[in-house]
Amino acid sequence: MTNFLDYTLNGISTGAVYAAVALALVLIWRATRIVNFAQGAMLMITTYIASSVISSTGSYVVGVIVALAAGLLIGALVERVLIRPVEHAPPLNAVIVALGLYTFLVALAGMIWGATPRSFPSAFSIRGYTIGHTQVLFSPNDTFIVLVVVAVALGLAVLFRATSLGLQMRAAAFAPEVAQLLGIRVGRMFTLGWALAAFTGAIAGVLVAPSTFVGPNNFDPILISGFVAAVLGGLDSPPGAVVGGVLLGLALSYVSGYEGSALVPLAALVVLVLVLMIRPSGLFSTTSERRV
Amino acid sequence: MSAATPPQTDPPAPQGPRAPGRAVGGVLGVARDTTILRSLAIVVLAGVVLYIVSESLSPYRNLQLANGAYLFAALAGLTMLIGLSGQVSLGHGAFLAAGAYTVSLLVSKEGWALAPSLVAAVAVCCVIGLPVGLAASRLRGPYLAGATLAFAVGLPALADKFPNLFGGENGLTINPPVVPSWLGTNFSLEEWQAWIACLGALIVLLVLLNLYRSGLGRSLRAVRDDEIAASLCGLRVGRMKTLAFVVSAGCAGLGGGLYAAVLNLATPSAFSITLSLSLLTGVVVGGLGSLSGAIWGAALIVLLPNWTSDLAHSLSLSTNVSDNLPQAVYGIVLIVVILAYPGGIQGGVRAIVSLITRRRWST
Amino acid sequence: MLEVQGVTTVYGAVRALDGVSLTVEPGSVTAVLGANGAGKTTLLRTISGLVRPSSGRIVFDGTDITNASVEDIVRRGVSHVPEGRGVIGELTVEENLRLGGLYKRGEAMAPKEVYEMFPRLLEHRGSLTSKLSGGERQMLSIGRALVGRPRVLLLDEPSLGLAPRLVAQIMGMVRRLADSLGLAVLLVEQNARSALSVANRGVVLNLGTVVADQPPGELAADERLRHAYLGF
Repeated sequence: MTNFLDYTLNGISTGAVYAAVALALVLIWRATRIVNFAQGAMLMITTYIASSVISSTGSYVVGVIVALAAGLLIGALVERVLIRPVEHAPPLNAVIVALGLYTFLVALAGMIWGATPRSFPSAFSIRGYTIGHTQVLFSPNDTFIVLVVVAVALGLAVLFRATSLGLQMRAAAFAPEVAQLLGIRVGRMFTLGWALAAFTGAIAGVLVAPSTFVGPNNFDPILISGFVAAVLGGLDSPPGAVVGGVLLGLALSYVSGYEGSALVPLAALVVLVLVLMIRPSGLFSTTSERRV
Repeated sequence: MSAATPPQTDPPAPQGPRAPGRAVGGVLGVARDTTILRSLAIVVLAGVVLYIVSESLSPYRNLQLANGAYLFAALAGLTMLIGLSGQVSLGHGAFLAAGAYTVSLLVSKEGWALAPSLVAAVAVCCVIGLPVGLAASRLRGPYLAGATLAFAVGLPALADKFPNLFGGENGLTINPPVVPSWLGTNFSLEEWQAWIACLGALIVLLVLLNLYRSGLGRSLRAVRDDEIAASLCGLRVGRMKTLAFVVSAGCAGLGGGLYAAVLNLATPSAFSITLSLSLLTGVVVGGLGSLSGAIWGAALIVLLPNWTSDLAHSLSLSTNVSDNLPQAVYGIVLIVVILAYPGGIQGGVRAIVSLITRRRWST
Repeated sequence: MLEVQGVTTVYGAVRALDGVSLTVEPGSVTAVLGANGAGKTTLLRTISGLVRPSSGRIVFDGTDITNASVEDIVRRGVSHVPEGRGVIGELTVEENLRLGGLYKRGEAMAPKEVYEMFPRLLEHRGSLTSKLSGGERQMLSIGRALVGRPRVLLLDEPSLGLAPRLVAQIMGMVRRLADSLGLAVLLVEQNARSALSVANRGVVLNLGTVVADQPPGELAADERLRHAYLGF
């Protein structure tokens, strides 16, 4: 029974991270109808940046802030330079560009920081809480992770629902040509969407790095899980991304606990295939076709 | 667009004095089916060229030729899948792995000969490819890419789950193929491996050349360009896409089996996501859908690591940089090709050729 | 004050517009008529900047806007209500209206004023626009276009899919807007009769060229023209 509780709590904490990555993917999908396969690599780079800054300044906070700022910058640059040319091209082109970026970033990380994974400090203690006489698999740091992701999700929700900027971004995402005709600078909205997505990804990176360690390929499983979570919740739906993240986190935690961690990537694949066969638009799908 | 054309049937040969003439007509009737003859001619020609080339190469270069050949087998299948049937797969590294491990298991643990093991590798991959292809045929665009990506990351984990069978992290080794005695004692192992690999590549070439020019090929193009219109014309879209997937999986399986024959090794780390992305780079650079492009792609993948390590050496770059240089180049190449030259090398070649021929007409 | 001068717009091998010239004055309604494929929608899309002409000029208030970006053209005061109304279904009525004025910041019309013009919209202000009827969507799209206080209004087939009574209402409203707000209205319509009933001028397009540019009375009187291009 304690095992089950442990796996559940662990699933919520890992699920929060998947939710953050899924949110990043959903943001970009809604804005530019592209699945950013380079999301994992982008957050890997920002996490490396955080790690280097923390090592040189000794300050966790400064490192994280620099990483977040780098995320905004990288996201904006990638959209403006690499993605803008393929926004109106067949979808395959954007997939290949994203994969090319992924390949390049992983190699770049290897060149700059080497292939040996390095550790990353956590914001708070990772010793599980003690309830009564037992120690559970949920620590103050896990609480921090969940709170941060919830805050990010709420912040994005407020941005989109309650601000003019958010309204413009939604309009640009749902109907870019009409939005242009209303004087909205659609290109800028797309760039901002990518910047926010990279920012969210950067947050996910520093949250999960203490357990995955920081290495060029260490965040690949996070990307896959984030993608599966996003598909599970519905690529169009930010709340779906959060729910999908938590559900997937729970599912994979149970698999890892009862069957061993080697099967986790395959389990994620099974979940993905099930969702795509049974309910391809996800749990919270809203719109199907996108108009211009 | 038309559905697959019905097979040609020749009228039955009548008896009597006209029979020999009719028999010749029968043979010529087969010759009318120019697709097979033309493909066979191309393959034989290619075989002759490869033989001449291989005879003049050093053992090291022959090994490179062998590498290029097994890569061509995988790339040709993949470029057919992406370019002809419009389905993107990021997981073909997994099929290569399956082919390599099948051959390694059969040859080293069951004592099979190489040739039947290669056939088994193709069969195994076709069998695995069937359910994957069925699922893939129902997915579109980024969903398909994501699912095949998850497949590529997930399947090698099986090696860790069943370490006794698959040899865990160290993988499996097999003894190199034995050079037959009738070739003489001076015949290098590398050249023999090159011959084996090239034979496999030629078989793949023959199969795909026929597929491209067949009714199935035309149907796949129709499906790729407009699925709804194709199904309205009566094409069994799901079936065709699955068939294309299975064929490409079989090609990758043969490529993997040849990999084992050439490199004598099968480890999980060799078949990572990096490999699948290198394959993607190969087909994109060559030109999606182009079989000749697959040759360019194979050459790129074989030669690039050498060029980059030479470059790193001459610039005295650190090992971190030189180790990652091929990957960095793949990434940049993927982006640049798609942004600037979506047709790849073969597209560029075609453009140049049409430029030249147009000039000829106008002067 | 909006002048189209010799504009040619090409889609690949097709000349959608071939040397089209016309002028639209403030406070007037110019109807653009013709069969499907005549180039009417392309004309509006070229003016608003969604499509670039391959030759010719578009001049608004003395400024050449031929190659300006869509957003810039809108900010100068040219508002285009596209074919199909372009109402964003995932947003509410109020959000659609607010969108129309965001680029104008403080000077935009408040949604309140639009509700005064179109009381029906007030009832639905919080609903998703996917729930509105065709007529209500048309009102919304026009209202949204007005929020930015444009000086030129490009309307693409406002009568599409609407019942005759509604069409008459919409046309009447267009006339009133032109008169009261001094708008220069370019009205693309297949329903030639209703468009001509409120127009100061009628321009007839056929296969990308202007075949007539006359006051409605003369157009209606020319039977051959009416039968050939206008369908009545």
